[in-house]
Amino acid sequence: MVGVSKAFPGVRALERVDFRVEAGEVHALLGENGAGKSTLIKIMTGALRGDEGEIRLDGRPVEIGAPGQARALGIGTVYQEVNLIPTMSVTKNLTLGRQPRRFGLIAWREARRLARARLKRLKIDIDVERPLGSYSVAIQQLVAIARALEDDTRVLVLDEPTASLDANETELLFGIMRNLKRRGIAMVFITHFIDQVYQIADCISVLRNGRLVGSAATADLPPLKLISLMLGRELERTEERLAAGASTARGEPIVVAEGVGRRRLMAPFDLSIRPGEVVGLAGLLGSGRTEVAKLIFGAVRPDCGRLEVGGAPMTTHSPGQSLRRGMAFCPEDRKAEGLIGELTVRENIILALQTKRGWLRRLSHDEQEELAQKMIKALAIATPDADKQVGQLSGGNQQKVVLARALVSDPRILILDEPTRGIDVGAHAEIVALIRSLCAQGLALLVASSELDELVAVSDRIAVLRDRRKIGEIESREITRENVIRTIAGAKA
Amino acid sequence: MKHSANIEADAPSISRLRAIAGHRAVWPVVALALIFVVDGFISPGFFHIRIVEGRLFGNLIDILYRAAPTALVALGMAIVIGTKGIDLSVGSVIAIVGAVITWRIHAGDPHFAILLIALGVGLLCGLWNGFLVAILDIQPIIATLILMVSGRGIGLMINLLYGGTNPSFISPLLQGLSVGHIGLIPTRLILGVAIFCALWLLIRRTALGLFLESVGGNSAAADLTGINARLIKYAAYLICALCAAWAGVILAADTHTSDPVSVGLYIELDAILAVVIGGGSLAGGRIYLGMTVLGALIIQALTTSILTSGLPPEYNLVVKAVVVIIVLLLQSNNLRSALYATLARQPR
Repeated sequence: MVGVSKAFPGVRALERVDFRVEAGEVHALLGENGAGKSTLIKIMTGALRGDEGEIRLDGRPVEIGAPGQARALGIGTVYQEVNLIPTMSVTKNLTLGRQPRRFGLIAWREARRLARARLKRLKIDIDVERPLGSYSVAIQQLVAIARALEDDTRVLVLDEPTASLDANETELLFGIMRNLKRRGIAMVFITHFIDQVYQIADCISVLRNGRLVGSAATADLPPLKLISLMLGRELERTEERLAAGASTARGEPIVVAEGVGRRRLMAPFDLSIRPGEVVGLAGLLGSGRTEVAKLIFGAVRPDCGRLEVGGAPMTTHSPGQSLRRGMAFCPEDRKAEGLIGELTVRENIILALQTKRGWLRRLSHDEQEELAQKMIKALAIATPDADKQVGQLSGGNQQKVVLARALVSDPRILILDEPTRGIDVGAHAEIVALIRSLCAQGLALLVASSELDELVAVSDRIAVLRDRRKIGEIESREITRENVIRTIAGAKA
Repeated sequence: MKHSANIEADAPSISRLRAIAGHRAVWPVVALALIFVVDGFISPGFFHIRIVEGRLFGNLIDILYRAAPTALVALGMAIVIGTKGIDLSVGSVIAIVGAVITWRIHAGDPHFAILLIALGVGLLCGLWNGFLVAILDIQPIIATLILMVSGRGIGLMINLLYGGTNPSFISPLLQGLSVGHIGLIPTRLILGVAIFCALWLLIRRTALGLFLESVGGNSAAADLTGINARLIKYAAYLICALCAAWAGVILAADTHTSDPVSVGLYIELDAILAVVIGGGSLAGGRIYLGMTVLGALIIQALTTSILTSGLPPEYNLVVKAVVVIIVLLLQSNNLRSALYATLARQPR
């Protein structure tokens, strides 16, 4: 691909990107959210058309206008979400849309034979009559690959194939990838797991904000360099910490997690938070930031370890129990998990507090209005009145409503997942200042953020995550962007 | 919405119109009024209310009287729909309650105890539905379909317990609650109003309503806020089944019999319709109790009007459908904005 660009209304998703994959190599394509990976892949596989640039296959320029054409040219794709049908048998999934026919009817015996042959290419031997959903995610992923792989496939695109696999399953997949490599198939491998890149990839290309910022053989690109490429920071630049010396942490930890984890989601980790302390969760996308936040809040139930909040162990690991223990959580995805769009701003703001009080002790309309007005003013939420449906507010204001709801419940421990996403700079500063003053009053704070600068600025301690594993902790004075990046890159498996 | 500012700037009368028309009660009230206006033309004595045998009589009273069971069922339905659910089994609950009442009367239980048993049976049905929906996470339409389909059969089986096909019964207490009257006013209306008030207090004067609406609006978000979404959903199905059980008491006492095959047939559809006419959305998130009663009244007013107008009863369902479509179209935001846009463009 040479000089490929693509613009969406208002955004330039790709800016003259050159991308080259050789036969028989695994080429890792990396970048944070919104870097342009998906767009590039979609253009390569015909799901989107580029605005400019050209695609060459074996040196010949080709037109890829539709997914069918990509397949005809020998480009197969395995999308991020396994887009197969779990309730159908493996055979049906493998032959869907291209069933062998006999007298106009589907020839099922032939279909089964075909399905087995497809699986055999990957050295998989499973019962093709069972519904796909009865197999593990790993097998489903392999079936998806088998489906994408034709006899004449030359390029295989794998979009985060390992996202929901555990270590053994990943190894199985890599075995198959190495096998395909020997057969001369070029593979584009998209992942967020840095370790895996070094395990399997021959070449790495990094995208950032729609530009290709680096492309090199894996051996020439050490992890440190790679991560700073992805985050767009030169390591020489070190900024002063905003909060340096201003730590308000005191007393015994209020949250103590020992070996808390969940299979496939997050390796067991230890973490403690003291009152008045801000603990940051740093790591690349997919490193487990959200998972740690949710495990501690009880939104996801851990399957091992011990979690103590306020001196007593958590028993049910439910948001309800966490709320009663004084925890509040602002989720990352405000639309899906934060707001109740049908309800008004006022109702959304008081919801957590009302839940804490129980259904019998209803806050009167006046109390609700007072609390809502207080938060609207404190967080400068732009709304004509508190009775506006929250779904009609702008994104940044919705984010503030979610934060307001957490604050109104008067928490001792506040967990923020991407608190400033979609918030303008002014409001950002206000929120940071507000958080600081709350911490001075003894609030314990856990912040997960992809904005490294933000974390470095507010945190008293940063827990560094990588590949769903906690790999280190950085204490007050050592907190610099450089140190965080070093830690992310340093712990090589 | 982008154009609304312009329209309001150069057409203040339309903005006022919009403010009035925007209130959710307007269109159902207008529809009910229109039905009555038409009634006034075609049967002049329609609004006449007189006193017969010590109680009020007349078409308007008849509408209220007959709408009572539907309205009760619809109130429960409004709560379930508010949680993004649906309860198709209400008609079957009515059938089972009727069968149990007749059975126990034949068995000679005290009638007050039978009333409690009837409500207990309703509660059991609610427990079953709630278990399927809230605990097993079965889609509400399927979960309640199970009882909808089996309920009338269960009613027939209960009838068989003492060997009757359509056994009849007499109970001064139960019939007093249903067809009797206190002073001039039918008892079922008084009790209906009492139940409405109780539900309103439960929904609006505790935080239960807010929790129900939160769960219906965004179950995942409600859960993350700390609300026990399962428990809240469970409560909704319990309340709904209790309302249906009370409707079952009224209908069984009214007909003096247990007729599981036809009692309360299609009442679930009328109830859902009443909720929707009242502005409730099947997408969940909002509960309008008063509006739901209004919806039930519109449905009954239509039926009564068609019957008194001399139109053949065969027309009933079709005319009902047409009126319902009109009410729903008037409530549609898209249609309304389009209408205002046209109005605003017209030179005055």
